[in-house]
Amino acid sequence: MIKIVSHINLSEAYSYLNSPEAGAVNLFVGTVRNNAHGKQVEKLLFEAYEPMAIKEMGKIADHAKEKWSISKLLMVHVVGEKAVGEAVVVTGIASPHRKEAFEATQFLIDELKKSVPIWKKEFYQDGSIWVNAHP
Amino acid sequence: MTIKLFGITREIVGASHIPVPDNQKFNTVADLKTWLYSQYPNLRQLKSIAVAVDHAYAEDHEALGAAKEIALIPPVSGG
Repeated sequence: MIKIVSHINLSEAYSYLNSPEAGAVNLFVGTVRNNAHGKQVEKLLFEAYEPMAIKEMGKIADHAKEKWSISKLLMVHVVGEKAVGEAVVVTGIASPHRKEAFEATQFLIDELKKSVPIWKKEFYQDGSIWVNAHP
Repeated sequence: MTIKLFGITREIVGASHIPVPDNQKFNTVADLKTWLYSQYPNLRQLKSIAVAVDHAYAEDHEALGAAKEIALIPPVSGG
C-alpha cells in the first residue's frame, strides 16, 4: 500500500500488513515534534507532488522487495496541516521474521526522506521556514 | 509549456507554475536551469534544485524535447 492521505489511520495500516504467512509486522510512525532548531514548533504543513511522490515511493518499495523477503509493504504520507503529536508518515513491513521487518522498515523511511518529493514547512511563534531549503 | 512549482520555489516565484514562452527552446535540463536562474535569480538561494520530467528525476544532460510535464523539485523534506 502506497499512498498520500490527509489523515493517517494506524489501524488500517496494521490491518493491511497483518498476514498469515508473516511472523513479524513492523510499523514506523513519524510524528510532529514540538521543537526544531531550538524553537517551539506550533504546526507543520506538508505539500507533495503527488503523482511523482507515488512513483518514487514505488521505486523504493521495489528496491526493498529485492533486498528482503517481504510479505506486505506500506508507505503512507500526509499532506496538509498537522499539529504537534499527529502522525505524518508511516512505513511498515510484514515479513516471515523480525530481522528483515526492522531493516526494511528503516530503509523505507530513510529513502523516503532522501528522494520523495514532499516538502515540510515548520511554523513557529515568530515565523516559518521550508525545512532543508537553504544551505 | 509550463513548469510546475512546489514549496519554496512556488513562494520565491510567487506562482504555482512558470509559463515558458513558445519561442524559448531548451535542449537539455541544464539549458532549462540556466534560463530559470536568469529569470528568477532568487532561486539561487536554495541548497539545490532538481528537475523532474514526466514524474521522474532528470539529470542535467538529459533532453527535454519529448517532455510532457516538467516540475522543479527543491530540497525534499518529507517524513
